[in-house]
Amino acid sequence: MAKLMDKDEIRRSLLRLSHQILEKNREIEDLVVVGIHRRGVTLAERISKMIEEIKGKKLPTGTLDITLYRDDLTRIAYQPVVRNTNILFPIDDKKVILVDDVLYTGRTVRAAIDALIDFGRPKKIELAVLIDRGHRELPIRADYVGKNIPTSPEEMVEVRVEELDGTDEVLILKRT
Amino acid sequence: MVFKRKDLLGMEDLSKEEILFILKTAESFREVLERPIRKVPTLRGKTVVNLFFEPSTRTRMSFELAEKRLNADVLNFSSSNSSVIKGETLLDTARNILAMKVDCLVLRHPTPGAPHLLAKKLPVSVINAGDGAHEHPTQALLDLYTIRERKGGVEGLKIVIIGDIAHSRVARSNIWALQKLGAEVRVCAPPTLIPPLIEKMGVKVFYSQEDALKEVDIVMMLRIQKERQNTGLLPSLSEYIELFSLTEERLGLAKDDALIMHPGPVNRGIELPAKLADGKRSVILNQVTNGVAVRMAVLYLLLGKS
Repeated sequence: MAKLMDKDEIRRSLLRLSHQILEKNREIEDLVVVGIHRRGVTLAERISKMIEEIKGKKLPTGTLDITLYRDDLTRIAYQPVVRNTNILFPIDDKKVILVDDVLYTGRTVRAAIDALIDFGRPKKIELAVLIDRGHRELPIRADYVGKNIPTSPEEMVEVRVEELDGTDEVLILKRT
Repeated sequence: MVFKRKDLLGMEDLSKEEILFILKTAESFREVLERPIRKVPTLRGKTVVNLFFEPSTRTRMSFELAEKRLNADVLNFSSSNSSVIKGETLLDTARNILAMKVDCLVLRHPTPGAPHLLAKKLPVSVINAGDGAHEHPTQALLDLYTIRERKGGVEGLKIVIIGDIAHSRVARSNIWALQKLGAEVRVCAPPTLIPPLIEKMGVKVFYSQEDALKEVDIVMMLRIQKERQNTGLLPSLSEYIELFSLTEERLGLAKDDALIMHPGPVNRGIELPAKLADGKRSVILNQVTNGVAVRMAVLYLLLGKS
């Protein structure tokens, strides 16, 4: 097990992501943020807060659960817990910043895009992730990356956040 | 927690944790029903057969909608126009349907235990959509969901079920379910419509509405089957209305924020007047909406795995 990022590095990464998002999207009127359960939700809230501190305006921020859109429900023994999706604003013609903790195979993001499109027709969807660990199985890439980490498939990248895990850190673990 | 069951047969054998887990899962599906596109791809490729050996509008439509909103393929079977009238047994009918590669049977049958038989004999998931006067678990689940939505919880609530308790699967499922979640359950009906030994289920029995309604949080009315008038169980419908129909005055004995529930179909003017059925205390139509979400949750938990 090795620690890849500590609390301060995570904070600086997210701040940089927030600035990059604002650089690319000068008009924030039609910008909304959606986090993917569970760690993505926490990170989305933090990015949203950082943008608020920079711009003085709170972006509409929602949560998305992708369980119902998974492509492996017929292959797993026990189904995952369905969590609440909370997008209480229209996303039609908006620019959606989709946030997740780790980008890996790309299957979660594929499911998230399908789910978002059931809520409306956004003008654009952009993807922001804290970690890109490679090994994509679908033609998907992130627009904003906190840190690129080369990994092997035998490894697991675990993002821990204070709100859920009591501490802020990114770890790399061997799969057991 | 992990939901491991193959079937949903009744509330009697579900644990409190399982019930709460189903209700929690249903919250997510309730949200799906509010989306512009009220459909998710979750059960793509699964096939569900609704086997109904008794008439039903609400329950059958609710199951069918739940299945379609989850993208399952749906077959509807009703006994009136099938080989059942040619003498085919239930098990044979079910086996023949399964031979066509089906993943789940939703069964409504007049015989108590019919879904249990199919669940035992067949490898697919079976959902009880009402078996005789025994159980109607998804009705109890949608009632619990509606109560929790309005009251924040079930624990400590006083709930009275009024009407034909003896012939009601809704009453039985609700008594088990509500008590598991910590509610105090009362039943109220003329003595002929109270089954013997019902106290053993842990409920308080009342023969007068005035006593039963005191300080309750929820008034659950059951449909009076008009057919029963001629069975000697009800002296007359007008006497029943006189004594057991909910009135505004009687409702005044309940808590100020008491809710009125009814599993439908409502006999306006018999169980309760139109004014109360349509009034602001009534959550009857919320029950119907929540029914779809609860059934989606049950279908997902039984079928959303390999």
